[in-house]
Amino acid sequence: MSAEESPKRNSRKSVAFTQEQVVVDADGSVTMVASTADDTKETAMSHTPRTPPLSEALGAFTDAPAAAADDDAAAAATPAAEDDGEIDLSLLKKKKKKPKTEAAAEDGEEAAPAGGEDGVDLTMKKKKKKKVVKDEDEFAKKLEALKLEGKEGDEAAAAAVAGDADVQEGDMEKGTGIYQHDETKTINYDLLTERFFALLSQKNPDHASSGTRSYKIPPPQCLREGNKKTIFANLPEICKRMKRADEHVTAYLFAELGTNGSVDGSRRLVIKGRFQQKQIENVLRTYIIEYVTCKTCRSPNTELSKGENRLYFITCNSCGSRRSVQAIKTGFSAQVGKRRKNKV
Amino acid sequence: MSTQIENLKSYDPFAEADDDSGQTKQTQEYIHIRIQQRNGRKTLTTVQGIPSKFDHKKILKVIKKEFACNGTIISDSEMGEVIQLQGDQRSKIREFLTDSESGLGLDDKTIKVHGF
Repeated sequence: MSAEESPKRNSRKSVAFTQEQVVVDADGSVTMVASTADDTKETAMSHTPRTPPLSEALGAFTDAPAAAADDDAAAAATPAAEDDGEIDLSLLKKKKKKPKTEAAAEDGEEAAPAGGEDGVDLTMKKKKKKKVVKDEDEFAKKLEALKLEGKEGDEAAAAAVAGDADVQEGDMEKGTGIYQHDETKTINYDLLTERFFALLSQKNPDHASSGTRSYKIPPPQCLREGNKKTIFANLPEICKRMKRADEHVTAYLFAELGTNGSVDGSRRLVIKGRFQQKQIENVLRTYIIEYVTCKTCRSPNTELSKGENRLYFITCNSCGSRRSVQAIKTGFSAQVGKRRKNKV
Repeated sequence: MSTQIENLKSYDPFAEADDDSGQTKQTQEYIHIRIQQRNGRKTLTTVQGIPSKFDHKKILKVIKKEFACNGTIISDSEMGEVIQLQGDQRSKIREFLTDSESGLGLDDKTIKVHGF
């Protein structure tokens, strides 16, 4: 869903910092989603249907779920809640059509509740999106919301059938509609894949989000010391996570940033020059791609060792491949600031 | 019999191959584009390792005009001639180096952009 938003970003990032998450979308594209602190996005995603046809149908129905599905539940929640009034109206209008289309939708689901009740349900759902889902109680509510979701899906299905007959619809989670067990109609590959990913992300979020693709390290903590120095506080932690020597990472950082610096008493790195956290992140990312991940199997579980000929080798612990890496070279560095005294 | 086979291979393939790979490794030179911080929010961009078949002076002249920045050529004892530009010109210079029409038309793989 955020694939359209950041087409540039997801092409490059194979390394994630922990605030971000890799989300494998229904169409197989891997996107990075910056998960907000209160998990709003997660709940919104699990609430809203992920299939394009379904959400399209929903969009025809109401624009509030579509807006929520689009992006950023937190931002969308307030206008969506305001929209509820007209949504109800449109729902009511649709309801009138409902009885005849009910038969067309070939699922054994119960009929959707009356229009007024549905409106109430919708608002309930809105509230849930804003909440942090953490404990069991909340989870139960979530399940309830999912059921609501199912009903909506059926409604959407009914609407879709009413609109044009050849759109295949059904409830993703429950396996009703076209996904019913004894259904003989052939289902599109796309729909099945979508359902697979929807179920995967719902039941096994670990598999869907943090696959082998993303490698998470704690984000670098940058503090400013005075005006001209940056302190990189959690370098030891990051190095430990990557299983690399502090010195190696430090040397790389200095070479890439074109500066120098030192390590202070509590093993924090002091870098000369002003650097944002994002800039350090970028450099760390390139470091990981260059010196940590295995090029063959992309696993970060590797070891850096000095070979026989003063060359550094990376040995992968999961696939066993071994490759040489370039030594860190500073290259040309222009002389900045005061002139060298002993220059002839 | 055996002499004939020896004649067939007029050279020792392994020795040659080793020599070749060594040579290619040396000729495989990257162009490094680096950035350096100066005081304040000022930066310098250095381009190191542009092949000597190009006239550095002319390149600099074109670049200065195109990017609207100043720059010099610094001849370093180790790195050879280095083009040094004012400001962050990394993406521009990369485009310039790879552009085959109005630039040098170099291979994108030989260029390494460093920095944040």
